[in-house]
Amino acid sequence: MSSKNLMNKTLLALSLLAVAAGAQAEDTLKKIKASGAVTMGVRESSGALSITTGDNKYEGFHVDLCRHVLADIKKQLALPKLDISYQAVTSQNRVPLMQGGSIDIECGSTTNNTQRAKDVAFAVTTYVTEVRMAVKAASGISSIAQLNGRSVVTTTGTTSVQTLRRQERASNLDFKEVVGKDHADSFLLLESGRADAFVMDDYILAGNIARAKKPADFRIVGEVLAVEPIAIMFRKDDPAFKKAVDDSLKALMKSGEIEKMLSKYGVTPSAVTKAAWAAPNDNPAESYKK
Amino acid sequence: MPWDWQVFCKDNLEQTVVAGCLGSGGAVTYLDMLLGAWKWTLAVSVAALLVALLVGTLIGILRTLPGRSWRIVGEAWTELFRNVPLLVQIFLWYFVVPVLVPPMAALPPFWLVVMGLGFFTSARVAEQVKAGIESLPRGQRHAGLALGLSLSQTYRHVLLPMAFRIVIPPLTSESMNIVKNSSVAFAVSISELTQFAMQAQEETSRGIEVYLAVTGAYFASAFVVARCASLVERWLRVPGALGAKR
Repeated sequence: MSSKNLMNKTLLALSLLAVAAGAQAEDTLKKIKASGAVTMGVRESSGALSITTGDNKYEGFHVDLCRHVLADIKKQLALPKLDISYQAVTSQNRVPLMQGGSIDIECGSTTNNTQRAKDVAFAVTTYVTEVRMAVKAASGISSIAQLNGRSVVTTTGTTSVQTLRRQERASNLDFKEVVGKDHADSFLLLESGRADAFVMDDYILAGNIARAKKPADFRIVGEVLAVEPIAIMFRKDDPAFKKAVDDSLKALMKSGEIEKMLSKYGVTPSAVTKAAWAAPNDNPAESYKK
Repeated sequence: MPWDWQVFCKDNLEQTVVAGCLGSGGAVTYLDMLLGAWKWTLAVSVAALLVALLVGTLIGILRTLPGRSWRIVGEAWTELFRNVPLLVQIFLWYFVVPVLVPPMAALPPFWLVVMGLGFFTSARVAEQVKAGIESLPRGQRHAGLALGLSLSQTYRHVLLPMAFRIVIPPLTSESMNIVKNSSVAFAVSISELTQFAMQAQEETSRGIEVYLAVTGAYFASAFVVARCASLVERWLRVPGALGAKR
């Protein structure tokens, strides 16, 4: 276990304590104005959305969006200077850290669903992910049905594991299911031939393929296995902050600027993502199920 | 925070509680997953322990032989496997060795982990076996040889029977460590307890219950190993030696 992991666990424990101690729903705008600082929660390996480039530096579509939003907020609050600090979060600790106040805005790859909406709030959906699969171009695989009896990798601690399980039970297919410990590991399993397909959110697949030694060797294929809205996350019951974030994002959607910000990372928006930009909303994942 | 132990009776797809807690007819509950993961943990541990004891004993003996070259081989093995972190060794077996030795790619991850964990622990076992043999008075070796026993007979009938009895307690700790170290198998996609914990807590949002159950499973496994070892120790006790009653 890495010390970073340990640190994250400690942070998680501390923030659980803070929640238990009854931290109040606070006004994030007031907090930013008073301190002149804000903490952004980011991911270390969330493909094109949020990723570390080493040395506590982060980039990605959602990180860029958040920087833009925070610049707008700085203007709105007429602050001479706004210090942004970055805190890497994991799918396990992001909600407790938000509730405990360790991070003020999370710009990673969090799915907006009703379960989470009990604890935190979401901005308008900025990216709609489709779960598909990456295969080696030379394999000739183009549909999930062709994976019968083959090994399929997905990443531990993601909803894709459940998606795969659902596929298997509904379609009577039999996969040899392999679980990578993180996305990079899963992709390595595909690259090294230990798995025939990597089932995951499309932007993670695209991000990993773009960073592969030979991107042309891989292809994203097959039917869409699941659709989920991904959004920027912040504290619940903070309408002023939500309005500030949403207004800034909606302006980007209206001007079309948002598409440029996404394509910078080699991702072309799907039809569902474009629909979410055309009519900004914060509908949870449940509303996307047919 | 209220406890919710019902989480283990939930179907891992529909998230509904299944009567009787164990899924049937295609349904799989989190309890089923936990038991399946526990089996993997035990399988990895037991297989790796066998490898570790076998290889470790051999290497330990090599390190006490009179010949200089044997000692060098034994020491090289021990230092190699003792000085590289376990997780790094597992990755080497999984990703690097198959590139250098293509036939290894066909080996299932399970056997790679068993080799990785087994060899890592064998270095530690070797160290203890060597210490056990060296703790015996030198006169025992000489007496064996003077009686006309060959070197291997001296080891078999004189040195090893006492040396093994001496090192049972530290070997017990190694055996318990193997159970706990088996969690590295998670890194090469074996669905053992640690992997189950990460996945199940994400799906159910009941991390505390899931981690407590997994902790309990690790504790129980290691505890059983310790009890078994102390039984063995009692069976093998020689009256009058090592503090046993005459």
